[in-house]
Amino acid sequence: MSKELIRLHDLCMAFDDELVLDHLNLYIKDSEFLTLLGPSGCGKTTTLRIIGGFATPTSGDVTFDGVRINDVPPHKRQINTVFQKYALFPHLDVFENIAFGLRIAKVSEKEIKERVMEMLSVVSLKGFEHRRVDQLSGGQQQRVAIARALINQPKVLLLDEPLGALDLRLRKDMQNELKSIQQQTGITFIYVTHDQEEALTMSDTVVVMDKGRIQQVGTPEDIYNEPKNAFVADFIGESNILNGIMHQDYVVEFFNRKFKCLDKGFASMEPVDVVIRPEDIEIVPADKGRLVGTVTSVTFKGVHYDTIVDFKGYKWLIQTTDYHEVGEVIGIILNPDDIHIMKKSEYSGLFGDYSSYSAEYDEINDPDFAEEDEEDAEDEN
Amino acid sequence: MKTKTPAIPYVVWMAIFVVIPLFLIVVFAFTNFDGHFTLENFSNIDVFLQVFGNSLWLAFIATVICLLIAYPFAYLLAQEGPVFRKIAMLFIMLPMWMNFLLRTYAWMSILENNGFLNQFLGLLGIGPVHLINTDAAVVLGMVYNFLPFMILPIFSVIEKLDNRYIEAAQDLGANRRETFRRVVFPLSLPGVLSGVMMVFIPSISTFAISKLLGGGMSFLLGDLIEMQFLGSAYNPHLGSAISLMMLLLVVIAMLIMNRFGEGEEGAVIM
Repeated sequence: MSKELIRLHDLCMAFDDELVLDHLNLYIKDSEFLTLLGPSGCGKTTTLRIIGGFATPTSGDVTFDGVRINDVPPHKRQINTVFQKYALFPHLDVFENIAFGLRIAKVSEKEIKERVMEMLSVVSLKGFEHRRVDQLSGGQQQRVAIARALINQPKVLLLDEPLGALDLRLRKDMQNELKSIQQQTGITFIYVTHDQEEALTMSDTVVVMDKGRIQQVGTPEDIYNEPKNAFVADFIGESNILNGIMHQDYVVEFFNRKFKCLDKGFASMEPVDVVIRPEDIEIVPADKGRLVGTVTSVTFKGVHYDTIVDFKGYKWLIQTTDYHEVGEVIGIILNPDDIHIMKKSEYSGLFGDYSSYSAEYDEINDPDFAEEDEEDAEDEN
Repeated sequence: MKTKTPAIPYVVWMAIFVVIPLFLIVVFAFTNFDGHFTLENFSNIDVFLQVFGNSLWLAFIATVICLLIAYPFAYLLAQEGPVFRKIAMLFIMLPMWMNFLLRTYAWMSILENNGFLNQFLGLLGIGPVHLINTDAAVVLGMVYNFLPFMILPIFSVIEKLDNRYIEAAQDLGANRRETFRRVVFPLSLPGVLSGVMMVFIPSISTFAISKLLGGGMSFLLGDLIEMQFLGSAYNPHLGSAISLMMLLLVVIAMLIMNRFGEGEEGAVIM
């Protein structure tokens, strides 16, 4: 569980002078479930293609088990891929699609039959072996694609937004299934997605990427609780991000008030970004609050209400189970562990303001699966 | 189903140019000069068995040669850049801009006993080779005239082949050869099938090529039929019967081909 399996060393990738990967360094441990998470065009798919051998980095090295594999062609790597839109062979039935890798490896007919049947039961597709692949639903095609890759017993499985084309319900089921397949087989999964919830649910390690650079690497809890900069704080979950000044260790000032926090190690009076998660904020009557604001909008979300509160012209998102009507003046209390301090970065000031609430929230929740190859997506529709 | 009017032009077109002529052929085939019903035209057809055999054989050879040339050509062309492809396509189509007969006449003067090729061979000290009026010359004419019809459909299928299938095959351990054998070739079969149709059918029914390049030596179905209508042995009834038999041969060939390609996305039959 701890041995290093793949290392990406100083990877750069440029297409027509446009830098897609910018000095990327990452190592991937054996048997872990690692997710590359980021918005469209952040370089996550390119990273996956480099690991799979379908793209050669402009500079930098890829090592597998300590051996440099930059020039090893895909068919000689112990790595298999579940492609974005499955890429099942349309001229072969389900059985032959799954058996493809074994036939190439010249496995005996008897063993092929046994292993394909076993694989079909792993992905719950028994009885479908002689179906044509274009007669299958999206979820079934997905399972065939996974079976086709797993049957070769690869060291690493690459998954490129495999659940992007499925509906929400099916996506949740497949998330659980993928996670349990990964745990049973012990195969290293490298998973690419733009869906932060998917990443948090399934991964051992999450790598947040943007503009061809790694923004943060960590466990889902680390990434959520201790985001490194405004981009990560905003991309993973919802965040109110404010300008603050660190007075000394454990004391931060924003809105001209000093608050206790749990962060230290900043220079005295250093400007910082302050992250407050919407669900951590406690609403109290106005006279008991440390800050007082006016409710400007309320949206029912099922589990909670999204309440937008105006503090001196700066709008916060607060998630609460209690209903507060528009126009109500409320107070809030912040505990020291609700406040997270980040160093200023190029992303400071770009995220975390809910003044244009609806637009931004929609954008975050809207999964644009289109990704790098938007034309493909359009073809399918 | 919703609106019937747009179909009318097609129906009229099909009626005038397909159904009625076909009907006339059937009528002629089953009647004699007096207009009475007869099967005589068919009962005598076995005299021409050798012509049928010869036509099938030469058309088959021409189709196979076209396929052997066209497939690698189309495959390699599909790997080239878009500019090169366009220029190459232009050169493939260029001869088609010239009249079919003119092209065939050109081959005649190249292949003649004292033609261009033999003069060139003479310079090299190789005696005049008899080229014109052989089966080989006829096959050459067929291949030369119909090759573009084999290249185009194969090229367009390979060109549109989704690169993800090739990547998927490589990902599953297939090297270049295996990828071609197990993925690229099976997926390009629809193009091969329509190419084969488009070469085989005109080859089996040609009469100009065999007349000009085959002289009297290769007497093909097309010549036989032409002779019944325009030539010395004027007998449209027999000619119609032979035409029907040829139609039957083509239909059978197409059925076999379609069976062969079963499961592929419908071979384009033009």
